[in-house]
Amino acid sequence: MQRVFGRPKGLTELPFHYCPGCTHGVIHRLIGEVLEELDIIGDTIGVAPVGCAGFSLDFFACDFVGAAHGRAQAVATGIKRALPDKVVFTYQGDGDIAAIGTAHAIHVAARGEKITSIMVNNAVFGMTGGQMAPTTIGGQITTTSPYGRDCALVGTPIDMPKTVATLNGAVYVAACSVDTPKNIIQTKKCLKKAFQVQQAGLGYALVSILSTCPTNWGLSPADSLKWLQENMLPVYEMGELKVTEEVKAL
Amino acid sequence: MSKELMKGNEAIGEAAIRAGCKLFFGYPITPSTEIVEYLSKHLPKAGGTVLQGEDEVASINMCYGAATTGARVMTASSSPGFSLKQEGMSYLAAAELPVVVVNVNRTGPGLGGLGPSQSDYFQCTKGGGHGGYRQIVLAPSKGQELYDFTMEAFDLADKYRTPVVILSDGFLGQMMEPVELKKRPKAELPAKDWAVGGCKGRAKRKVASYSLTNEIGEVNNLHWEAKFAEMKDSLQRWESFHAEDAEYLIVGYGTCGRIAKSVVLKARKQGFKVGLIRPITLWPFPEEAFANLDGVKGILTVELNFGQMVEDVKLAVECRTPVYFHNRLGGMLPSENEILRKLGQVFDLAVEV
Repeated sequence: MQRVFGRPKGLTELPFHYCPGCTHGVIHRLIGEVLEELDIIGDTIGVAPVGCAGFSLDFFACDFVGAAHGRAQAVATGIKRALPDKVVFTYQGDGDIAAIGTAHAIHVAARGEKITSIMVNNAVFGMTGGQMAPTTIGGQITTTSPYGRDCALVGTPIDMPKTVATLNGAVYVAACSVDTPKNIIQTKKCLKKAFQVQQAGLGYALVSILSTCPTNWGLSPADSLKWLQENMLPVYEMGELKVTEEVKAL
Repeated sequence: MSKELMKGNEAIGEAAIRAGCKLFFGYPITPSTEIVEYLSKHLPKAGGTVLQGEDEVASINMCYGAATTGARVMTASSSPGFSLKQEGMSYLAAAELPVVVVNVNRTGPGLGGLGPSQSDYFQCTKGGGHGGYRQIVLAPSKGQELYDFTMEAFDLADKYRTPVVILSDGFLGQMMEPVELKKRPKAELPAKDWAVGGCKGRAKRKVASYSLTNEIGEVNNLHWEAKFAEMKDSLQRWESFHAEDAEYLIVGYGTCGRIAKSVVLKARKQGFKVGLIRPITLWPFPEEAFANLDGVKGILTVELNFGQMVEDVKLAVECRTPVYFHNRLGGMLPSENEILRKLGQVFDLAVEV
């Protein structure tokens, strides 16, 4: 019988243990497919951070390194500088890239570090139990903004891909979402491009993906998708935010 | 073999290149800056890479990344910068990664000053980062040792898969001395069959430091404990200088050990049986040097801090002989006569200064 659908070779056999309805699993699968389709599983080194994204260490079929909170991009820099011919990517949450690791996020882009970063944005710190992140939406209730994020007091959400896109070393920046089948297909295209950019040695690539956190948002998986659409999509600019001429020519 | 007049910091840089260091990640801070400057100039020519990180935190984590590939890698800093590296040091120890980290100690606490100091002893030897780990700490006392110990540090790091600290100070780092550019005999080192680099043709590898199950956490901790115990047993090193028949011992490392040598000679000239124990490994602390204290009437520990190594001396001595302490602070050095005078005072000796 012809197999028409199965687990991509880019993932290990280990079952995901993310919370029900969390879209980490969808994003993992997309990356696993891209690794397989580009035939780079054996040449890729991933870097996992701290937080829910830290579990990714076990789920991808390629070599993986576990970094400290926020430091994945500095660790990836060290790996890439040691092994320039390998494919190096980081898989990080919004807390990792937009809070504790902001300095590294800015500087890998400024240096044009030839790595690929994937930022999963669910507008909270997930693993620690749903605290406010720099990406938390105005008015959003979290355990550390129990009356809703007051932007006058604690600032407005950071649109990290837009910020990174202003830096010259970033050659490809995309902001995606996995809330609908159409957006999932678009996200995969962007992920593939971000790895191809690295293969071509063109510079730094970032793909930000809006994701859900039903557990910490206190919503059902279906309502979480709706919440993302109603609250996150209007705040964060979507699409390929930066595609340099060299990347277009790929 | 050539001899060159070099700054201590430059000797460290040259030794790193000759030891096969392929990557250096650093952030400038006085008085360690010549290390990043020297390597920026010379390491690329030797086929290596130097990258100035956005800060010390980035630099140590870049080292972490490069070390996971099995490459020889180093960073260098001075006290406030070394503090920023402590998070990374804890992760390096836990992930069992070989990295050489130089700390050209300046004064403290806080931003402090640039002069010679030994105020980072606790931080280096007791674990400046979280979680209770140990790391090898080597204490050179002259240009030649800065060179030799740096070379050896790479072998020790690879052998034990652990961060190795070279603890220098602003005095040693900035002084120019002749350094013989020795070649080290090739040490037998274990294969880096744990390093990542793409899993083509083999099983996937992981390098990480966390375990969320307590049972696995304990297994990991017992493994580290056994490793630290093995290092403690096999790595203790010190220099004995007229210590064999000594009635009075001075204990000092690095710059203090160097000054104390002249004190020993001056005291001996006057007929006093004074000797020196100069710890070379600060961790593991050379407790074995104090195994036999027969005939020793007392010990004077000399340091450039409020009293840090003196605690390890007291533990090693276990109350078998009295231990006294002398210090200078804030970048000042004790003179030979000052130490001699202190010896006379605490041991009631009629020394002439």
